[in-house]
Amino acid sequence: MSIKLDFSVLLREDYPRLIIEGVATMLQLTGYAWLLAMALGILLALLRMTRNRWAERAVAVYVEYHQNVPMLVQILLWYFGVPTLLPDAMQLWFNQRHSEFLFAIIAVGMGMSAYISESLRSGIRAIPAAQMEAARALGLSYLKASRLVILPQALRIALPTLVSHSVLLFKNTSLAMAIGVAELTYATREIESQSFHTIETYLLTTAIYLGISLLIMAAGAALENRYRIKTR
Amino acid sequence: MITDIFHILQDNWILLLIGQYPNGPLGGLAITLLLSVAGLALAFPVSILLALGRISPFAILRAPAAVVIYTVRGVPLVMFIFWVYFFIPLLIGTTISGFTTMLVTVVLYEAAYLAEVIRAGIEGIPHGQTEAARALGMGYGQTMFKIVLPQALYNMLPAMVSQFVSTIKETSLGYVISVNELTFAANQINSTLLTKPFPVFIMLALIYFALCSMLTQLARWLERRINQQRTGKRNITAVVANVAPTAA
Repeated sequence: MSIKLDFSVLLREDYPRLIIEGVATMLQLTGYAWLLAMALGILLALLRMTRNRWAERAVAVYVEYHQNVPMLVQILLWYFGVPTLLPDAMQLWFNQRHSEFLFAIIAVGMGMSAYISESLRSGIRAIPAAQMEAARALGLSYLKASRLVILPQALRIALPTLVSHSVLLFKNTSLAMAIGVAELTYATREIESQSFHTIETYLLTTAIYLGISLLIMAAGAALENRYRIKTR
Repeated sequence: MITDIFHILQDNWILLLIGQYPNGPLGGLAITLLLSVAGLALAFPVSILLALGRISPFAILRAPAAVVIYTVRGVPLVMFIFWVYFFIPLLIGTTISGFTTMLVTVVLYEAAYLAEVIRAGIEGIPHGQTEAARALGMGYGQTMFKIVLPQALYNMLPAMVSQFVSTIKETSLGYVISVNELTFAANQINSTLLTKPFPVFIMLALIYFALCSMLTQLARWLERRINQQRTGKRNITAVVANVAPTAA
């Protein structure tokens, strides 16, 4: 077995454009899905804190569903299944626009929001109830006590899992290729099947994925360091 | 809608359960479970070696283990599937089936995740255990395999069950390279029916949900049991944060 690597292949044809557009789509997908996951995750964590039995139960079902069904199946369900429930005019509207991109954002964002809400919740639960009592005794309102006393501590505790879930979200965007979103994995397969330079193509994209993942992990570690509570 | 799901299940339950077997290849849920069980079982010894490497006092063992673990954690599973798909035939000179490709991928991927679970388990055992074993004259191997690992693995049982859930979810990606597993079978049903994508895929989701949430409940129950035993108290509500299944 002898392998000669020739990375200049990747500069031929319109391969550079495919790779750059793939990376751009991947980053957009990650960004939008992350924002959706965070917004929904915070909302779900708050709902679960309300002590309303029905709200708690609804959130629990939502979280269980999204944690126990494969992300790929969620994506397929959103892309192939959900549009058929909509009125014809809306289906047409989706078909004319890049609906695969939109549904990938919804599927990945909603799926990961379950994990985000769980790590926020366990962060909040780790704060002793006495903190809230003390803050209220000092005259802070419930909202002010939450915002100034509870959440800053809870976020510090939740930060490591939030970071690892962000990496997972980023990795999961690669599944969007199954419904034809032209992100990096999709572009890689295109280039590979046109150029037959499998190893060079896959080495490049693997390096890009790994680089961005490590960057997210490093950013998380830096944040943790920056906001660590100084103890002696 | 519900009658649709019921009819689809009634017409296709054999295909979903075992594929075309015995008149053709085994498929469906049987392949999903086979892949997950065999994948996790084969990943287990590898993950112990990786975990021991990761906490080794020698940098020459620590570095490669860390590289493997960080690479797996940083690269999507789909990319690994394609690597195995192209690279293994290049290495051994013959083509391999989709099933083998998926199995090798799952073993590689799970070994790295399981190694971190086992490492956490080993680090959770008080250091006094090692010191006591060494003081009794046991060597490193004996201390590790007779004293530390048995306790660590027992404590890690819930986390292993949730790792099994992750593995089941990961095998759904076999669909991408046309491995004949559950997601692939559902997709086949979808393309023969054509007009019922929502019932087909919600049914698929519910099958995975039933299987995986049962196992997640088992993991939570195990965790409560083990916590009770360790603390010697009854009715302890354990923090279940670390048994939540990881996304795949």
